[in-house]
Amino acid sequence: MSAVRDVAIVGAGLTGSVLALALATAPGADFDLELLDAAPAHLPPDDIRAYAIAAGTRRLLHALGVWPLVAGSAQAAAGMDISDTRLAEAVRPIIASFESEARDGEPFVHFVDGRDLQGAVAQRLEETGVPVVHGWRLTGLHQEAAALRLAAREDDRLARLAVGADGGRSAMRRAARIGNVGWAYGQASIVTIIEHEVPHDGRAVQHFLPGGPLALLPLPGNRSGIVWSTPRDEADRLMAVSAERFAAALAEAAGPERGMIEVVEPPRAYPLELGLARAFVKPRLALIGDAAHRVHPLAGQGFNMGLRDVAALAETVIEAARRGEDIGALTTLERYQRWRRFDTVQLAAITDALNRLFAPDWAPLRAIRDLGLGLIDRAPRLKQTFIKEAAGEVGKVPRLLRGEAV
Amino acid sequence: MNTQSDHPSRSVDADEVARFSALAERWWDPAGEFGALHKLNPVRLGYIRDRAAERFGRDPCSTRLLDGLTVLDVGCGGGLLCEPMARLGAAVTGIDPSPENVGVARAHAAQSGLIIDYRAVTAEELAAGGAGFDIVLNMEVVEHVADVPAFLTTCAGLVAPGGLMVVATINRTAKAFALAIVGAEYVLGWLPRGTHSWDKFVTPEEVEGPLAAAGLSVVERTGVVYSPLLGEWRRARDLDVNYMLAAEKPAG
Repeated sequence: MSAVRDVAIVGAGLTGSVLALALATAPGADFDLELLDAAPAHLPPDDIRAYAIAAGTRRLLHALGVWPLVAGSAQAAAGMDISDTRLAEAVRPIIASFESEARDGEPFVHFVDGRDLQGAVAQRLEETGVPVVHGWRLTGLHQEAAALRLAAREDDRLARLAVGADGGRSAMRRAARIGNVGWAYGQASIVTIIEHEVPHDGRAVQHFLPGGPLALLPLPGNRSGIVWSTPRDEADRLMAVSAERFAAALAEAAGPERGMIEVVEPPRAYPLELGLARAFVKPRLALIGDAAHRVHPLAGQGFNMGLRDVAALAETVIEAARRGEDIGALTTLERYQRWRRFDTVQLAAITDALNRLFAPDWAPLRAIRDLGLGLIDRAPRLKQTFIKEAAGEVGKVPRLLRGEAV
Repeated sequence: MNTQSDHPSRSVDADEVARFSALAERWWDPAGEFGALHKLNPVRLGYIRDRAAERFGRDPCSTRLLDGLTVLDVGCGGGLLCEPMARLGAAVTGIDPSPENVGVARAHAAQSGLIIDYRAVTAEELAAGGAGFDIVLNMEVVEHVADVPAFLTTCAGLVAPGGLMVVATINRTAKAFALAIVGAEYVLGWLPRGTHSWDKFVTPEEVEGPLAAAGLSVVERTGVVYSPLLGEWRRARDLDVNYMLAAEKPAG
């Protein structure tokens, strides 16, 4: 019979692992915690997505000792150019530009290869001695007197607080019978990494193409991460063609600005879904990251939102423990939910609206949205708000996002 | 009046005990009648933590802040304060004149896997045994007792030399009548009607007088106000309605 642990985190991906780091390194707290993951064994880093690390996220990663390990392979963003184009147009007019307005000398976004992030987080987990159990699959949840039983085929776990960090198809969310409002976009994002002839100068590019947005996200050297959103059937077709034909199609979509390009990682496709859990908490259970909410990747906010969940939940739990409160009680967890839910719903709605606005190739709509982005470009205060939102600096900011210890 | 003199203790008001016993099972429902206390708990616990860290030279960040210290919670109700104190490492005694309350508190502590010494006795009965505690808590109790000075004198006697006493109560002001009775009981429905009566509210001077007479010195006072925007209670300068204060007994 297993003992009651303070915290069991289900899902050892980036979000769950960073939460484990935040709890394990909290001064004065000595949480008995554990990461449980369905993967059969620890896998070498394999996430080829380029992560847009907002300033708040970077401060959090710094406070937890992760950022120093990836800083050398992070690309500071100098700015982002947005174009709204049909493929046939030879010149792609830039309709809006965001300069990376530095505050206290720090860029608002860095881009990092997902594999570097995974490696750094895994190293910190090892250094802090957080136990990670692999090949662990949830079969059900049962409320006990002062703990939640996480039933599994081999080995049940008992925890005062269980955290679902197990992604968009969260088994924790389903086992807790928390509903999920969501819909598929009928789109998929194709992700890969390219090398290119012309330097990016740290600038990201977002082309709003008729089929969906294509982003070129600058990585160190002459490399860029690609996030290419297209209708689902188009993505299936692109994933099925030969490497040469895929490269040719990508080169056409990416435009001529970066010169000759070469695809250096086999592309992967991710279906696009918007999802929002009906609740983020239940007694003794909290959802974070994609398990709680999935947004359209066009604003690059999925990971940043996940780490804002981490910062808010870690601060809530650590503060409660320092007052002697029951960390899994609903009254405690509702503080986390209140902190995150408004922010989440708002951002999900904004990115969804942007995507819907940009998806159809219909001339009057193009005119309206170009005008809209043009107006944003000319209204500095509105743009500042967008940038601050993207940097995670709106609302009551958790201490970790300000780079402070909890 | 006779009921008071029949009771072993002068400070306990029989009507008050009966009122809370009826509500005892619902102590631990955050959405129930004691929701207001659940909401108040973080600010009360934070205050006790900070004062204890100061008095006993502990790290306020430590989740074992009270290791090795003894705590007495006077008027412990369902155990809403005792359990956090026990989690922070203290050896906790909770007393309440209502056997129903003590029953609820005991059952809940067992569920939580916490060891807490609950007793259905009054402060006077406990003091008669000559007990002494490092920390004595008088939270939301003073405004329910019949003889405030006698009760506070008894409680002060229960503080061990070098120890700490924390009191939380409601001031007797017009503003307190408006907010704590009209607002909380009638308009917002946070508290059952009749929970408080205004003439039993206690001014800071009425708390500090008996404590000083018993040799304790008040080291800190703070107001507690509700922030409707954040949906939480916070410390504030305004002592007109809810307030807390800490007093220390000299060592030796």
